Order: sequence, then structure tokens, then C-alpha cells
Amino acid sequence: MTDFLHMGGYGFYVWSAYGGAVLAVVAEIVAVKRRLRAARDATRGIDRSGVT
Amino acid sequence: MKRLPAILPILATQGTARDFAAWAGIGWALQRDLGLALRSRMELAVHLSFYVIVVSLFPLAATPDRGLLAAMAPAVLWVAALLASLLSLPRLFAADLLDGTLEQIALSPYPLAALVSGKIAAHWLTTGLPIVLLAPLLALQYELDSEAITVLSAGLLLGTPILSLLGAIGAALTLGVRGAGSLVALLILPLYVPVLIFGAGAVDAMRVGLGAAANLSLLGAGLLIAIVGAPFAAAAAVRIALD
Amino acid sequence: MRDSTLRTKSHNVNWFRYSSPVSFYPLASALAPWFAVPAALLAFAGLYIGFVLAPTDAQQGEAYRIIFVHVPAAWMSLLIYLAMAFWSALALGFNTRLSAMMAQALAPTGALMTFVALWTGALWGRPTWGTYWAWDARMTSELILLFLYLGVIALRQAIDDPRRADRACALLTLVGAINVPIIYFSVQWWNTLHQGASVSVTSAPRMATLMLSGMLVMALAAWCYSIAVALVRVRSIILERENNATESPQLRGMATRVAQ
Repeated sequence: MTDFLHMGGYGFYVWSAYGGAVLAVVAEIVAVKRRLRAARDATRGIDRSGVT
Repeated sequence: MKRLPAILPILATQGTARDFAAWAGIGWALQRDLGLALRSRMELAVHLSFYVIVVSLFPLAATPDRGLLAAMAPAVLWVAALLASLLSLPRLFAADLLDGTLEQIALSPYPLAALVSGKIAAHWLTTGLPIVLLAPLLALQYELDSEAITVLSAGLLLGTPILSLLGAIGAALTLGVRGAGSLVALLILPLYVPVLIFGAGAVDAMRVGLGAAANLSLLGAGLLIAIVGAPFAAAAAVRIALD
Repeated sequence: MRDSTLRTKSHNVNWFRYSSPVSFYPLASALAPWFAVPAALLAFAGLYIGFVLAPTDAQQGEAYRIIFVHVPAAWMSLLIYLAMAFWSALALGFNTRLSAMMAQALAPTGALMTFVALWTGALWGRPTWGTYWAWDARMTSELILLFLYLGVIALRQAIDDPRRADRACALLTLVGAINVPIIYFSVQWWNTLHQGASVSVTSAPRMATLMLSGMLVMALAAWCYSIAVALVRVRSIILERENNATESPQLRGMATRVAQ
């Protein structure tokens, strides 16, 4: 397992690369879902902003 | 403001008269924009001063080492030309948009691409050509030898019209948009990259011994393509902005 | 304006029915999972091939494994731009709103792919060629492609009128598309002139079959992912933009009915 993380000495580079990619993908998925939710709420006239 | 000749639009719809109208349109727009620009000579002087100031800044930021200056001269003179071109782009369409002339121009039977071509030509004559003429003097500041200066000037002569042509597309796309200045930079600078590479590269190639012919030919080819294509794209962008 | 009852002779299928954003909405909702799930499965398979099955490279050691995310991202960044250009051409040619909306939906994902390609490329470059940024033709062109994407997104934000934004972004995308080969060629030209630089960027490691298949599986995963995200995003865009249209009640019903 530690060999896997170590990646023959290149662990920093490999995992930084994949980490950045995963972060970007997750951020995009979250943003897209949030945007859809907001758009659907706006269409239905629902206001979730919590301000009364 | 001089009005478009009234008789021509009547003829403009028929066959060969349409070509005639196109040339007439180019001539009319060129004449008008030149006249307007020369009336505000101060503005042109300011654009030129910007170029001079930027070019003079680089040695101050680096060491005035002769070798270093000569090496970075093409890069500096070209990048400054790009930036100066960007700064002067709003002049193309913004003023006409404000006083409603642009809409009249778009509605006229003259081909819009022809009128846009005339405006671009006037723009280059008042902003690009002065840079081409001034650059050799500034190149002396950088201790460039005369052969390099010749190649540099030739490159700028071929390249600055391309900057005006491509810039017109950017200016038309961002007409009347808030933050248009920086936005045009973001849109157009990537398109300017080949011009920069071939223009500055011509001087470098000559210095290395490869000769500048290839780079300058590519610039020339680019100019031809831009002359043929850019006015139509810019005209389309103007229509998009006006509708 | 397309007649919505237009039918093709051979199949009696009305393709133009889906060119209305409101009609397309349920189709997009139905299709999205069919790309999202395969994307996840393919990514898992691709990473398994890449990390477990593929052998260590002789020259680059384990660092080469970055290509399993770098190359697919780079491919997608180009492919998405082409798709954007395709939809932009349709939008300008046929003046359809939905084509422009599809282009609008693709841009952020394209920018993301370009960013990932640059990020992973830099981290691959450091151990392999000694520098994070090698100023080679591909990476430099990729950087300029990122600027092109950002430009389209910025132009969209800057213009208030959505229809004007559609057409302006479409034109900008097409102008960019014509320029991308020119830019790549010019950067490559510049690169060969300055070959004296200390960094000589060689091509990817000689491909063992497993390496290649890992890359292809990941590329497929990235493709499915991009389509899925674009479909979800276009749904948001449709709702945001069609809210004021007269079909509002229909849209509201669909927004409620169609399950996430």
C-alpha cells in the first residue's frame, strides 16, 4: 500500500496531479447541481434563501 | 458629417454596380474616418505616446546591458505594438455607436463589410502606420543594427494591419458592453499570438542566420487572409451588436 | 424559423421537435444518467487499468501514470471546443436558441478540461523533463485554448441580452476555431526556432498496449462525463432563460415532475 502511495518516488507529482483533477471534477459537479437546483426553484417560485 | 452619395444606393442593388458600391463604400468610410481622426490629432498623439512610453519602460526595468537590450528589442517593440493597438480599438466603433451613425451605416445599401474595411483602413493609417514609422527610431534606443531594424519594420508593416483587422472583430463583438476594454484584450490577444510570433521571430531568425523570408512570407499570407476574412466577420459582429 | 411539424420523409420522425428548448428539457433529463453512470464506471475501469494493470515505464518510472488523466483531458479540451464550434455554427446558421444553449453549456466544461490538462501536464513535466513549464508547442497552445474558453465565457457574462450573447459568443467561437490551427502552427514554428533551449520535450512513453487501453478507457470516461455535465447544465440554462416565455406553466410542470 505504501508502495502505491510512494509511486516510486514520484508520489507528490502523481497524487497532486490526480488530486487537482478530482478536485476540479467534484467542484464542477457540485456547481452544476447547485445551479440546476436554483434554476428549478426559481421556476417553481420557491425561495430557499432563508430570509423571511 | 458628409452624407453618403445619394445616387449610388439606387444603383447598388444591380450586378456590377454592387462591386462599384463596395469600392465606393470603402472609399467613403476611409475618407470619413480619416477626416474625423485628423480632427482629433491629440488622441492620436496620445496613442503614439503610449507606445513610446511602454517601449522606454522595459530597459528601466532591466539593466541597460547592450546585449540584453538588443536581444529583447523585437519582443518589446512588438508587444508594445500589440498593446497600443488594443488601446486604440474603441475608436473604431464606439463613437459612431454613441451618435447613431453606426446604425445608419448598417442600414445603408452599401455592403457593411466594405464600410467596415474603410474604417479599419483609416484606423491602421492613424494608429498602426505611425508605429511602423516610429519603431526604427525607438529601435535605436535598443542598439539594434540596421539590418535587424529593416526586418523589424517590414514585419510591423505587414503585422499592424492584421492587428487592426482582427481587433475590429473584437471591438465589434464588445460594442457598448461594460468592461469592454479589458474584455477585448482577453478576446483578441490570443488571436494576436501568431502575428507576434512571426513578427518578432523574423528578427530572431535573421539574427540566427536563417533569414527572415519565411516569417515575413507567413505574415504576408496572414495579412491576405485577414484582409479577405476579417471585414466580413467584423461586419457580422456589428450587426449582432446592433440588432 | 423552423416549422415544428416538419417531418422527414423516410422515418416520419420529427427531429426539429427537439429544437425547442422546452421540448428538449425532458430529453436532456432522461439522457443525463445514461452518460453519468457509464462515465463513473469507465473512470473506475480506466484507473484500475492505469494503476494496477499497466506496467511501470522504463524511462519515467511511476510518474508516467499521470498520462491517464492528462491526455484524456487534453483530448476532451479540443473535442469540446470542436463541439462548441459545431453548435455555434448551427446557432448562427439556423438561428435556433437551443444550439446556442448547448454551446453555452459546453464552455465551462471545456475550460475545466483545459485547466486539468495544464495542471497535470505541469506536474508530469517536473519529474520527467525537469521543469513545470516547458514552453513546448502543445502546452503553450493548450494555455491559449484556455484563454479562448475564458474569453467566450467572459463575453457571455458581459452581454446582458441573451440573444445577442448567443450570436456574439457563437461568432467568437467560430473565429477562435479557425485560429486554433494557426495558433498551434505558429507556436510549433516558434518552438523549433528556439530548440536550443535546455528542455527537449520528448513524446509520451512508448506505449505498451495496456497503457494505451488505459488512456482510451479514461478518454471515453471523460467524454461521457462531459456530455452528462453539459446535459445537466443545459437544463439549468433552459430554465433560467425560458422562465419568461409563455410556456412557463409547462416548464414549471416539467421542473417539478421530472425527478432529479
